[in-house]
Amino acid sequence: MDLQALLSCLSSASCVVTQTTGGLISGMLLFLVAAGLSLIFGTLKVTNFMHGSLYMLGAYFAYTLYNLTGSYTVAVIGAAIGVGVFALIFERLFMSRVYSADVLMQLLVCYGFILILDDAVKIIWGAEFLSMGMPAAFQRPPIIVAGGVLPVFYLFLIGVTLLVAVALAYVITKTRIGKIVRAAAINPTMTSALGINTALVFGGVFALGGLLAGLAGALAVPVRSLVSGMGFSILIESFIVTVIGGMGSVGGALVGALLIGLVRSFGTIGFPLFTEGLMFLFMTAVLIVKPSGLFGKDR
Amino acid sequence: MPRSTLTRDLLFAVGGLVLLVVLPLVFPEKAFSDFVIRLSAFAIYATSLNLLIGYGGMVSFGHGLFYGLGAYSFALLMQKMGTSIPLAFALTILVNGAVAAVIGAICIRLKEIYFSFLTLAFQMLLHSLIIAWTAVTGGDQGLTGGVPRPPFLGIRLDEPRHLYLFCCAVLVISLFLMRHLVQSPFGYTLRMIRDNPRRAEFLGIPVWRVRLLAFVAAGIFGGVGGMLISLFVSSAYPDFAYWTVSGEGVFMILLGGMKVFLGPLVGAAILLVLNDTVTRLTEHYSLVLGIVILVFALGLRSGLLGLVADLWTKRAARSRRIAQTPAQARTERH
Repeated sequence: MDLQALLSCLSSASCVVTQTTGGLISGMLLFLVAAGLSLIFGTLKVTNFMHGSLYMLGAYFAYTLYNLTGSYTVAVIGAAIGVGVFALIFERLFMSRVYSADVLMQLLVCYGFILILDDAVKIIWGAEFLSMGMPAAFQRPPIIVAGGVLPVFYLFLIGVTLLVAVALAYVITKTRIGKIVRAAAINPTMTSALGINTALVFGGVFALGGLLAGLAGALAVPVRSLVSGMGFSILIESFIVTVIGGMGSVGGALVGALLIGLVRSFGTIGFPLFTEGLMFLFMTAVLIVKPSGLFGKDR
Repeated sequence: MPRSTLTRDLLFAVGGLVLLVVLPLVFPEKAFSDFVIRLSAFAIYATSLNLLIGYGGMVSFGHGLFYGLGAYSFALLMQKMGTSIPLAFALTILVNGAVAAVIGAICIRLKEIYFSFLTLAFQMLLHSLIIAWTAVTGGDQGLTGGVPRPPFLGIRLDEPRHLYLFCCAVLVISLFLMRHLVQSPFGYTLRMIRDNPRRAEFLGIPVWRVRLLAFVAAGIFGGVGGMLISLFVSSAYPDFAYWTVSGEGVFMILLGGMKVFLGPLVGAAILLVLNDTVTRLTEHYSLVLGIVILVFALGLRSGLLGLVADLWTKRAARSRRIAQTPAQARTERH
């Protein structure tokens, strides 16, 4: 524990700015993954235990696309769509077979897939850490705020994620598609009796969740290094986020993710050994006080 | 538990022990006794997990926590404190029981997937603690310096023959105790809670307490498995607490069959053989394991021993089998 370091950081504006922006981008990436996880759980009542692997795939897809085309925009869009399609195939061919089985089977199918994908990534891209570096468009001097550093890419990442958050909330709460998804979540049998293809809805939601994870992976490439198995820690963190925010709530996922991102980034200064522990304390407290999460509906 | 069942189980245990003592005379290779030692650790661990999954209907995906915790507490006690082996065993059981009580108290109120994930999350907390706390645990290199094996009661564990016999004895005793537990009224209460928790509650059964006790028992025996492995490799590695250990435990249960008491033992043996064969042939162990898991999860659901048991049911007495999997199986969604 190093409270002195934490206090001296908190008293200097530049350190606060640097840590806050760092925490914000981790939180934003976490939000994209957690929102997909939460959306899939809220609609299908199934936890996609391999969601972290989709994030990993997104990162590797973007890495390859960027090296092939030289355009980061193409890389991000291509990776997100690619992972979305992959998630759809996974849902149709494997996951949909175990919807009626118990949780154990769903966990096992995903566990098998995590192992396969981690090894496949090792075979295709190698076992070493890869890093892409900042795309050319963002290689410009960082903005200095009160002595703290704010890289331009961070602004871009935060902007894109907020845009996605707003779009997602709009689609789910205001549009006809969102209504169908919510109806299918509450009563799939009745929804399908009304002539709606619920298999299509479930597949679509799964693909959307995958797309968000892929997008997060692609956006993370310039600021994170790539390695097989990188998806697992983000899976655990995004689960913690959904527990804190409430399963199935996009707003909750955003708040939860930002909180966790900030706790992490300031925690590494004050409690270097216990950063993860802080998140758990936080989650345990929420579970005890409000088991359905800060923004979850009480059942 | 009826007296005859107890006698039968006792005979079974003694027979198993005699078999394990005799087997090295037939297979004198070191590879064989090493295999049995590793199997004893994994079999105790997998069977303890089955107390939760098969008998309690609580799908823990973080049981590797107790395996890793057992390995590290035992190794650290032996290495840093210089305690005797029996004392270190007892203290590790205490540590595991206490940690299981705290984590269990937080987790068991939660339903299904929340329970699975939260147990997993706690395991990853331990793992990251082991990695970060380099001064005590040696970080990602694992404990260096070895685990001493001082003699006690005439047992010298630094001698391979003694170590082998010791692990066999711990295996048989642990399995016998767990068998006794699941055949006791407590075990049947646990099954009842698995099948219909609400009914159990109406009957005045303290559901929460029974579940917590099962969680603590499973945590203790999971730790015993970890102790054996740290005794064998004379160290402890962060991999013992990594989430894949939990996944492997669940898969061992599925491989052997969760409805038969010795299913996890058989599953552990199969997975170890598979592991040894595949790693000899290819470096892509995860890929092969992942495919095998998919085949089992989507195809052979009751496990190998479960399959045999199903064929056997017509003859076997009903009491030998555990009732069908819980009604928690979801209703068809489409």
